[in-house]
Amino acid sequence: MSAVLDPHGHASPSDHDDHAHGQPYGWRRWLYATNHKDIGTMYLLFSFSMLMVGGVLALGIRAELFQPGLQFVKPDLFNQLTTMHGLIMVFGAIMPAFVGFANWMIPLQIGAADMAFARMNNLSFWLLIPAALMLVGSFFMPGGAPAAGWTMYAPLTLQMGPSMDVAIFALHIMGASSIMGSINIIVTILNMRAPGMTLMKMPLFCWTWLITAYLLIAVMPVLAGAITMTLTDRHFGTSFFNPAGGGDPVMYQHIFWFFGHPEVYIMILPAFGIISAIIPAFARKRLFGYTSMVYATSSIAILSFIVWAHHMYTTGMPVTGQLFFMYATMLIAVPTGVKIFNWIATMWRGSMTFETPMLWAVGFIFVFTLGGFTGLILAMAPIDIQLQDTYYVVAHFHYVLVAGSLFGIFAGYYYWAPKWTGVMYSEFRGKVHFWGTLFFFNLTFFPMHFLGLAGMPRRYADYPMQFADFNMVASIGAFGFGFIQVYFFLAVVVPMMRGKGEPAPQKPWEGAEGLEWEVPSPAPWHTFETPPKLDSSATRVVG
Amino acid sequence: MTYSNRVTTMMTTTLSRFAQRCAQATLTLGALAATHAAMAVNDLPGGPAVNQLNLHPPVTRIGVEQHFLHNFMLVVCIAIFVAVFGVMFYSILKHRKSVGHKAANFHESVSVEIAWTVIPFIIVIAMGAMATRTVVAMKDTTNADLTIKATGYQWKWGYDYIKGEGEGIGFLSALDVSHRLMSDSGKPAGDNYLLKVDNPMVVPVDRKVRIITTANDVIHAWMVPSLGVKQDAIPGFVRDTWFRAEKIGDYYGQCAELCGKEHAYMPIHVRVVSQADYASWVDGKKKEMAAAADDPGKEWELAALVARGEKVYNANCAACHRPDGKSTGPIKALDGSAVVLNDPAGQVKILLNGANNGAMPAWRTLSDTEIAAVVTYTKNSWSNKTGKLVQPAEIVAARKQ
Repeated sequence: MSAVLDPHGHASPSDHDDHAHGQPYGWRRWLYATNHKDIGTMYLLFSFSMLMVGGVLALGIRAELFQPGLQFVKPDLFNQLTTMHGLIMVFGAIMPAFVGFANWMIPLQIGAADMAFARMNNLSFWLLIPAALMLVGSFFMPGGAPAAGWTMYAPLTLQMGPSMDVAIFALHIMGASSIMGSINIIVTILNMRAPGMTLMKMPLFCWTWLITAYLLIAVMPVLAGAITMTLTDRHFGTSFFNPAGGGDPVMYQHIFWFFGHPEVYIMILPAFGIISAIIPAFARKRLFGYTSMVYATSSIAILSFIVWAHHMYTTGMPVTGQLFFMYATMLIAVPTGVKIFNWIATMWRGSMTFETPMLWAVGFIFVFTLGGFTGLILAMAPIDIQLQDTYYVVAHFHYVLVAGSLFGIFAGYYYWAPKWTGVMYSEFRGKVHFWGTLFFFNLTFFPMHFLGLAGMPRRYADYPMQFADFNMVASIGAFGFGFIQVYFFLAVVVPMMRGKGEPAPQKPWEGAEGLEWEVPSPAPWHTFETPPKLDSSATRVVG
Repeated sequence: MTYSNRVTTMMTTTLSRFAQRCAQATLTLGALAATHAAMAVNDLPGGPAVNQLNLHPPVTRIGVEQHFLHNFMLVVCIAIFVAVFGVMFYSILKHRKSVGHKAANFHESVSVEIAWTVIPFIIVIAMGAMATRTVVAMKDTTNADLTIKATGYQWKWGYDYIKGEGEGIGFLSALDVSHRLMSDSGKPAGDNYLLKVDNPMVVPVDRKVRIITTANDVIHAWMVPSLGVKQDAIPGFVRDTWFRAEKIGDYYGQCAELCGKEHAYMPIHVRVVSQADYASWVDGKKKEMAAAADDPGKEWELAALVARGEKVYNANCAACHRPDGKSTGPIKALDGSAVVLNDPAGQVKILLNGANNGAMPAWRTLSDTEIAAVVTYTKNSWSNKTGKLVQPAEIVAARKQ
């Protein structure tokens, strides 16, 4: 029996006589969904399908770059591929995946019955579908999809065809969805914790999401403003960014990156939360420095608002501007370092085992830190003058977004999916997935550091012959990386969704702590309908 | 027990299968590398080297400092990396349940937290301090010996020597058309593939050259790695950067800000020459410009104007409209185009003002004679056999409208 897809597998809602409203079945269950677990599942499936779409676009890019010369796509289509790969991965794959985790886990972790605003929760998910259809559909519009890069710099956006307007509309909708999701998460965390679950006893995943939700509410309107101004420049004769009318293209970049830099922390902070749950569970030892982790996360969030112009060193900022943004950016290394040190101190003198979630978590720390170091190098303005807009930047942000966010998502999946589905994944297949991903990830992105240092600009459909070998290696790695994710879906996710596998115990991980392990596996459709009584550490239900 | 046995057998068989596949993959890779070696390519001095691993060898003081800072950062980061992950992997090896390690019970220490906040803080501030001097030096564009304006166009560079020796020289610098065609054919060759331009920028050695950047349409970026410069060229704004090349030679770079379809096809070539060679280049260039200056009042014969137009077309239009005028998709074909065949005024207007929100750029920078020539060329080439002639005087008139 499918555990995730079929409520009969759970303590079915019909068992609850006190439940006033009838429970919809079939397609109605999903379209009218108000249950946080159902909505979480839909978010995760949606984000995985977007990961596949964005991945196919990436493979189009890598196929073209396999050899110098144009073989498969023309340069205008190439630019559409890079643009849409970026937009779909950021707004379609990574962000909704974390919202899916939030939906599933936050109520379970704080002992709440559901999210605070169940119907708004439904709306924020279903808004994503038309937005995604519009984004993907823009490929079939006259002139093709937007090709101005995911950053959508003016005035190149003014030259785009009608699909640019569609993409802007889609981003507005996704922004609205994110803001509603954030409001829901904030209210749930602040209002619906079980008695005894004080803020400073809350699992770190809830903390990192609380901070992320504030970041989202702060910056999504900024993005909406930037793209609305782009829209009015395109159609209503304004000149915010159009130099032909006295507008300032650099102003667009300032506004965009004021959104864009907190955005990168929006995509990594929830992963930090997941890793902070997994490391102690498999080290069988409490998280080292809980308080400092909370403060470090908050510091990262605050600092993320004052570093945006490090994306813009080559626009010609004055000396003081470059110096300010250089020092401010380098400061972010301090709280990020604190988190890494805390995780390692948690592992230190623990009693570790290395099931798949732990492998992903350790892999996360190792490879994400590589991305952190290249970030430090890029933060140095004089070095950035060499590396800005080269493949070094591409390598850097894939080390933090794939090896960071995506590894975090996979870690969380293996850690919590037994709770969601009621069955264990195959440990062997999980390990194949991990080692395959780790290998192909590095095969794809490590050579890009060299390409960038040698000056190969990004977003190039064709390149000088000297760059050929590393590009070929990267392309081979990319295809391997893609196939191993398909393997993950077919060999790990599908069997679990169909309930195939060893039954999962209530707490499959010896060292795991938290309220999600106080409910049966699979988690019943309704949990914590009355607030549980908690022990003093707020990790166990005592009655 | 049975379960673990099963897993072990499964692992063994799968591993051996995996090993086989790896061997196959290696062979395939080897074969690929072999075909690859057939496309022999050598290092390009002043440009990229084959499988280059680090920054370009610098020929300016700023470049040397960037190089030093990068190497310094790399060493420091690797040292921290090794230290931190040495601890982690030691722990992974020793503190595991399978070797019987029991978990300790410590979970906080204020002094340790303070230590690993303060020490990294000091390290990053020290790193920033090391770079500060270079940042200040990079931005000091005063007292230049020579000032050149680099204008980004979709998709070529325009260079105007506006102050210093050579003042008044101005020309466009675009990718060699044969390279663009090689790219389309999918069979590129040559050490300077995609880096060869028709007119390189020429500057004297050991002189401070200030580059002022701007753009005509969208943002471009003027980058030459060996010189240690990259500066966005922003329409409607001027920005500047500088370099003082200390070595004679050819240095290559490419546009580094996404500027549309042909982004990959607008390279930069800076030729650094001795003071004497520079003086004679300036002399030659000035004579050439004087000779090429056209009298817009001149009446042209059809054949001469078509011949002139072919040169203009290949240098400016062929990249998008194709040498045979049969472009497809969003770029309008010229061969058989109604506008080209029947609407001379409309065609001139599009050339002067651009169309489709700048997807077709404005070509006001071309001279009246050049526009007249290229219009005439399109009317009398391929299947377009109109025999019509547009004289430069008509362009002069159209510009005034």
